[in-house]
Amino acid sequence: MMPRRQTRRRLVTALALLAPLAAFAADIPAAQRRSGYEFMGRETRAIEDDDTGNPGMLAVLEGEVLWNRREGPAGKSCASCHGDLRRSMNGVAARYPAVDPVLGRPVDLEQRINLCRTERQQTAPLPFESTELLALTAFVAHQSKGLPIAIPDDPQTRRFGDAGREIFERRQGQLNLSCAQCHDDNWGQKLGGAVIPQAHPTGYPLYRLEWQSLGSLRRRLRNCLVGMRAEPYPDDAPEIVDLELYLAWRARGLVIETPAVRP
Amino acid sequence: MARVLINVPARAKRGEVIELKTLISHPMESGYRVGTNGALIPRDIITLFTCTYNGQEIFRAELSPAIAANPFIAFFTTATESGTLAFRWSGDNGFSATETAVITVE
Repeated sequence: MMPRRQTRRRLVTALALLAPLAAFAADIPAAQRRSGYEFMGRETRAIEDDDTGNPGMLAVLEGEVLWNRREGPAGKSCASCHGDLRRSMNGVAARYPAVDPVLGRPVDLEQRINLCRTERQQTAPLPFESTELLALTAFVAHQSKGLPIAIPDDPQTRRFGDAGREIFERRQGQLNLSCAQCHDDNWGQKLGGAVIPQAHPTGYPLYRLEWQSLGSLRRRLRNCLVGMRAEPYPDDAPEIVDLELYLAWRARGLVIETPAVRP
Repeated sequence: MARVLINVPARAKRGEVIELKTLISHPMESGYRVGTNGALIPRDIITLFTCTYNGQEIFRAELSPAIAANPFIAFFTTATESGTLAFRWSGDNGFSATETAVITVE
């Protein structure tokens, strides 16, 4: 009895040790990592490629106006602190979500903008998915267009990235699916009529033809979770940012396309 | 204020056929959708787009509720003389936007 239980315990330990390795094996190798852009049709790519035909660029224009608008009792605009954004905002989106030293946890670009608004401009934060917040985020992220996603590999970031990975690989919802089952194991195959992409957040906020508007990664994640018939996270849930962080880390090396166009 | 993106070649040869591309931000609410409160969302669309070349109308489009948000309109014209291309959108709720582009014809 006793030795048998011990053997079983050993087996369980061995499996537990193997589990992270097995999960790692399912990762998409760097050479096969592809942006959602490459899964799109020729016509949709043409919309994204043309800066005067990409509807996301309308939001970038709007964002530039908001960047220079003075807000709150401090009478400061984003430009008052950040100056020439072509230098100051270049590459910023490529390393977000980033761990905020004060909060001790990662914040995404939208939350960073709102932190700036409440702390520096002393004004009200913008609601998630509002036209203004999307426009500002698109404008800031657009300054990193063409740069590779580079999430720093430090222990603190990794801790939250691992939490995100756990969510990514966890089965949830009535369909009992995990994100990984579609986007790690079955990318390139079809789900209904649509190709399953690899789920790399390269172009957020992006213009989805289905939405007929710009939308954030949050909105996309909510969409996926509802599709899995799982309970979506509330907008301010830390799990969303952990997941966003893992997705960005998973897409490291791919170039930022903001504002991307997706079907 | 609606944001507009215009793509017009800055220079063209006389007699050359040029493509003019326009994009404008607009929700193009069809008037057939129902909001979360069960009430119909009132129609809010662009109804007319015109383009004039040195004051002369060269293109006109009537837009309908079936057209997607942020309408993209591209069309061709012959470059005849240097001057100004004026684009004008008008629609529901007194919507109106104008944009101009200058072209040099050699």
